[in-house]
Amino acid sequence: MSGNGYLTGEFFASGDDACAEGAIRAGCRFFAGYPITPATEIAERMSERLPEVGGTYIQMEDEMASMAAVLGASWGGVKAMTATSGPGFSLMMENIGLGLMTETPCVVVNIQRAGPSTGLPTLTGQGDMMQARWGSHGCYSIIALSPSSPQELYDLTIRAFNLSEEYRLPVLVMSEAATGHMYEKVTFLPPDRVEISSRRKPTVPPEEYLPFNPDSCMVPEMACAGEGYAFHVTGLTHDERGYPASSVAVQDKLVRRLVDKIEKNRDDIIEFEEDGVDGADVVVCSYGISARVSRIAVNRARQEGIKVGLLRLITVWPFPEDRIRQIARRAEAFIVPEINNGQIVLEVERCAAGRTRVIPLSHLGGGVHNPESILHAIERVAR
Amino acid sequence: MMEDRHEIRICGFGGQGVMLAGFIIGQAASIYENKYVTHIRDYGPEARGSTCRGDVVISDEPVLYPYITAPSVLVAMSQMGYDKYRPKSRDDVLIIIDEGLVKHREVKRDRLRSIPALRFAEELGRVAVANVVVLGFFSAVAGIVSFDAMKKSVLDSVPRGTEDLNIRALEKGHDYGLEKLAAMQRQKPAHVVDPS
Repeated sequence: MSGNGYLTGEFFASGDDACAEGAIRAGCRFFAGYPITPATEIAERMSERLPEVGGTYIQMEDEMASMAAVLGASWGGVKAMTATSGPGFSLMMENIGLGLMTETPCVVVNIQRAGPSTGLPTLTGQGDMMQARWGSHGCYSIIALSPSSPQELYDLTIRAFNLSEEYRLPVLVMSEAATGHMYEKVTFLPPDRVEISSRRKPTVPPEEYLPFNPDSCMVPEMACAGEGYAFHVTGLTHDERGYPASSVAVQDKLVRRLVDKIEKNRDDIIEFEEDGVDGADVVVCSYGISARVSRIAVNRARQEGIKVGLLRLITVWPFPEDRIRQIARRAEAFIVPEINNGQIVLEVERCAAGRTRVIPLSHLGGGVHNPESILHAIERVAR
Repeated sequence: MMEDRHEIRICGFGGQGVMLAGFIIGQAASIYENKYVTHIRDYGPEARGSTCRGDVVISDEPVLYPYITAPSVLVAMSQMGYDKYRPKSRDDVLIIIDEGLVKHREVKRDRLRSIPALRFAEELGRVAVANVVVLGFFSAVAGIVSFDAMKKSVLDSVPRGTEDLNIRALEKGHDYGLEKLAAMQRQKPAHVVDPS
């Protein structure tokens, strides 16, 4: 460890450990959470590491309080996160909505296990992908990232913090037990190789400050408690001063902006990885551990002479609609392996809009796809 | 499976340091020999008292699939672990057992390597290092991870103040493994080899 408390170099680490180190590297100095398999190791590691870097760790009474504490910490001026799994994620939904409405930067990590309810606590799943998009009530857009390796749990946790600070919202890291509990080589980066974003502070004097007055990029400057600026924060529909204003006009203006600040910056936010998609007859579209396993099937299918590509979603929300539409014009079929009963496949279907076949490949949780099952699906389509 | 892919399963009771041993093998190959490695472990009631296991995949190519269907190396530190996982192993699996804890049923013994690891650990003064004795033995007889890499990985992973004891345990297992291999070489001309 270097003198500033950052770990650098190569480590044989679990995805959960890598996530915690990524958070610390990104500048996270507050964690509030409630332990839950398979995310517990993130809390454990944060409880050891945060005091070493001058941060604060609190184990809360439940996940509702955890999320509330994270929002409060962020308004107190520190980068904050929590980590949980399905049952806890459900409990956090209300306050994730509060974070969206109050434009509070923070990171929520969901190491998914198989549900519904307490389901299979120790075994993997990807059943919370639609919950990530729609789980809190009302209209909003959100950002969710999906790592495929412990290294990406490190990298994308950093990116999640950056996006949360740039766009002022809770950003979700949607991983799963298979990746969180996997050990692999992870490179913890030195400071000069990591870009860190922080929320923009007000530039006007306190008497002129309007806390929800957006600039051209639709994201207001954020004053925090104790910085000399007076502000009011509420989950109610509010005007530029932050005060409740119950009118159709204010609602329209506010909610439209909350959506637009994400949707109109899709090019900046959306990240995916392509392998041989252009010219492919069949495109496997997947994410997280399922994309990792899909690669085995794609490689084997190519050995059989099948033209198959892999589109790995790194940003799942907002969904890469434009790219899916482009591919749908040429490819004969999409195959969408995921560890749920078909969630992201619905988005692929929506964007393909009948122009090409879209084939779900479901695994209901507790394990990952057998690569053979994905290979067979590719072969069936290619014949 | 590709030939450069080693699928190692280490099993025993919760509390024997089986998980740590799997981690140390993985770390040695990943960090100190620059191989592609994944390691996953039992997580749940099985990891807290009864049979538990850690799986390590070591390859020259990226490991896309971190799961083991049939181990190419099975390290068993308990009878229940051996009984549970031996039938699920490859036909040509290399079997490493603590001979004081596991009664094997191997008919062909040319792929069996046994060591009284717990007894050696007792002689060293602490039964807790039996897993590290096994690691030393593993590095000698499996030919997958070098002794040097294993030693560095052990030193990274054990509590401060226990380094000397652990290195003695590692050397003990390694030396015993080398002796065993040498004995097997000497006996090779014979028709039937029983290295156990």
